[in-house]
Amino acid sequence: MAENLANVLHEQLSEGFPDTHRNNSGEGADRRRVVEGADQELNGQPPSARPSQRLESEEDEDEELTLKYGAKHVIMLFVPVTLCMVVVVATIKSVSFYTQKDGQLIYTPFPEDTETVGQRALNSILNAAIMISVIIVMTLLLVVLYKYRCYKVIHGWLIISSLLLLFFFSFIYLGEVFKTYNVGMDYITLALIIWNFGVVGMICIHWKGPLHLQQAYLIMISALMALVFIKYLPEWTAWLILAVISVYDLVAVLCPKGPLRMLVETAQERNEPIFPALIYSSTMVWLVNMADTDAESRKKPALNSTTPESQASLRGADDGGFTTDWELRQQETLGHMESSEETRRQVQEMPRTSPAIQSDDSEERGVKLGLGDFIFYSVLVGKASATASGDWNTTLACFVAILIGLCLTLLLLAIFKKALPALPISITFGLVFYFATDNLVRPFMDQLALHQFYI
Amino acid sequence: MTVAVFFGCSFIAFGPAFALFIFTIARDPLRVIILIAGAFFWLLSLLLSSLVWFIAMKASNDKDQQLQRGLLIFGVMFSVLLQEVFRFAYYKLLRKASDGLAALSEDERSHISVQQMAYVAGLGFGIMSGAFSMINILADSLGPGIVGIHGESQYFFLTSAFMTMAVTLLHTFWGVVFFDGCENRRWWVIAVVVALHLLVSGLTFLNPIYEGSLPPAYVILVSMAVWAFFSCGGSLQNIQQFLTCWKNDAGSEVAS
Repeated sequence: MAENLANVLHEQLSEGFPDTHRNNSGEGADRRRVVEGADQELNGQPPSARPSQRLESEEDEDEELTLKYGAKHVIMLFVPVTLCMVVVVATIKSVSFYTQKDGQLIYTPFPEDTETVGQRALNSILNAAIMISVIIVMTLLLVVLYKYRCYKVIHGWLIISSLLLLFFFSFIYLGEVFKTYNVGMDYITLALIIWNFGVVGMICIHWKGPLHLQQAYLIMISALMALVFIKYLPEWTAWLILAVISVYDLVAVLCPKGPLRMLVETAQERNEPIFPALIYSSTMVWLVNMADTDAESRKKPALNSTTPESQASLRGADDGGFTTDWELRQQETLGHMESSEETRRQVQEMPRTSPAIQSDDSEERGVKLGLGDFIFYSVLVGKASATASGDWNTTLACFVAILIGLCLTLLLLAIFKKALPALPISITFGLVFYFATDNLVRPFMDQLALHQFYI
Repeated sequence: MTVAVFFGCSFIAFGPAFALFIFTIARDPLRVIILIAGAFFWLLSLLLSSLVWFIAMKASNDKDQQLQRGLLIFGVMFSVLLQEVFRFAYYKLLRKASDGLAALSEDERSHISVQQMAYVAGLGFGIMSGAFSMINILADSLGPGIVGIHGESQYFFLTSAFMTMAVTLLHTFWGVVFFDGCENRRWWVIAVVVALHLLVSGLTFLNPIYEGSLPPAYVILVSMAVWAFFSCGGSLQNIQQFLTCWKNDAGSEVAS
C-alpha cells in the first residue's frame, strides 16, 4: 500500500493533485484529517526524481500491494484510536470536572439552557455556524499565509501550543484526577512530575524520541484536547459541530477549490511535506533518521508536534484548529498560546532536504492519521458517554461505529489512492448510532435487562 | 454491591471470550477486523429490531402490563430472527470479500478459511451480544444497593453473568455451524440453529426461575460445542492426538 501510494503520489505530484492531505487541526474545525498510507517523505521529493508514467501492469501490482498492507494498517490505527477513546471515556466516567458546566468557549457564545426547545435549537445552530465560519476563515487565512511563506510564525506557534498543552492542560488534568481520588500532593512533587512530563513530551514531539513514547504523547495530547472540547461545548452544539465539521472536511478535501486541497497542492508544488506535525504516524522513521543528515533536517522532528492548535491550523485556517474565539478564551483562562501558519510552514519546510527514507522497506511504511481525527472521534465517544442516558451501551455502539467507519475509510483509501478525509464516514456512523442507540436500543435493552430476557 | 461481585461477574461473563480473543484473534489483523465487523452487524440487527419494538410499543397502550410483556416477547423473537438474518448477510459479505480479504492479509499464506471466518464472526456476534447484555449490569454492580431487596432473586448478577457467558459461546458455535451449513447448502442446519436460538431466548422468559433457563442453556451449549467441533473437521482422533501432544495438521474445534 505504501508503495502504491508512493506511486500515486508520484502521479499526483506530476499532475499537481494534492494527495497527501493530512490535517491535524488541534482544536478547531480547521483540522482536516486524512488518512494516509504513503510515507510522507515523498512529499519532499522533487517530482522530477520520480517517473510519472506508469504502465498498466504496474497498476495491478500496485493494487495487490495496496491491498496487502490494508489490514495491518487498519489495526495500526485501531489501536491508538481505541486507546485515545478509552482514556477519554475513563476520564469522563471518573473525573467529574469534565462533565461540569463551567461556561462555554467564546466561539460558542449562545447558551443552551434556554426555556424553549426552539430557542435551544436556534442557539446551537448559531453556535455551530459561528464555529464553522471561524474555522473556514482560519483555513483560508492559513492557505494565504502558507502561500506567502510565513514559516517562522508557524514554528513558534507550534512550540507555544505544545508547551501549553503539555504543561498547563496536563497540570489541570492531574489536579482534577487528584481531587477525584482524594490524593494529597505537594506542589514540589507535582512540579517535578509536570516538568518532566512536559519536557520529555516536547522533546519527543518536536525532536527525537522513541516511537512508542512519541505515539503515547500524541495520544495523550489528543485526549486532553478532546476533554477540553467535551467540557466546554454544550450538547446540541457539540453534535451539530461534529456533523458540520465532517461535511466541511469532505468538501475541503475533495473539492477542487477547497482550501485544504489548495494547501496540499501548494505544498506539493514547493516539494514540501504538508504540515508533518500534528500527525500520528505508526512509523516515525522519517523523524528520527532524518535528523542525522544535516542541520536543517535536524529540525524536522519538530514536525511531530501535535498541538491541537497546529492541527486546527492544518485544517485550513492557520489557527491550528483553534478558532480565534477559542484562542481568546484560552488566553483569558489559560494564557497565551497559539499555533500559527508560520510555525507550520517552518515545520513543513524542514523535511525538504531529506531525501531518504524512501529506502525503507514496506514494513516500515506506516499509516498516518491526523491528530484532529483522534480528537473528534474521542469527542464523539466522550460526549456519548457523558450525556447518554443509556450509558455504556451507547458508548460501545459509538465506539464500534467509529472503528468501522475508520476501516471503511482506509478501504476507500486503498481503492482510490488519494487523500481522503477521515472524519465523514466515522462521524456519520457515530452520530447515527449514538442517536439510534440512545433513543431506540436503550429502552429495549433496559426492559430486557429488567426481566432478564436474553436475545 | 462489592467490587468482588463486579470482578467475579465480569470474569465469568467475559473470561472465555476474552481468552479466545487474546489467544486466537488478537495477533491477526484480519481476524480483528472481521470480529469488529461482526460486532457491527449484530449491532445493526439490534438497532432494527429495537426500532420495530419501539414503534410497536409506542403504538400500544402503555398501561397494560400484559400487553407490554407480550410486546417485549415479540420483540425478543423478532430480534432473534433478525440476528440470524444478519448472520446470513454477514456470511454472504464474507464469502464475496474472501478473495479480496485474502489479498488484504500480509502474506499469501495467511489466507483465512471459511471456518476461521465463521468462528471469528460468531465470536464477534457473541462478544457484542454479551457486552450489550452485561455491561450496564456490571456498571450497576459497582454502585450501592442490595440485590433482591424487594423479593426478587438475590442471584441476579451471578445468573446474568452465567447466562451472558453461555450466550457468547453459543453465538460462537452457532456461527461456526451456520456458516458450515451455508457453505454446504444444508438448510436444515440453518433451521436448527435458528430454532435453538429461539429456544434459548425463549427459555430466558422463565427467569427468575433460573432452573428453567440456565441448565438447559448450558446443555444446549455443550451440544453445540460438540456439533461445531465435528462440523469443522474435528474428530475423536484429533482429541486423542491433541491430548497426547501429537502434532498433526487436522484442525481442532476452531480451525485456527
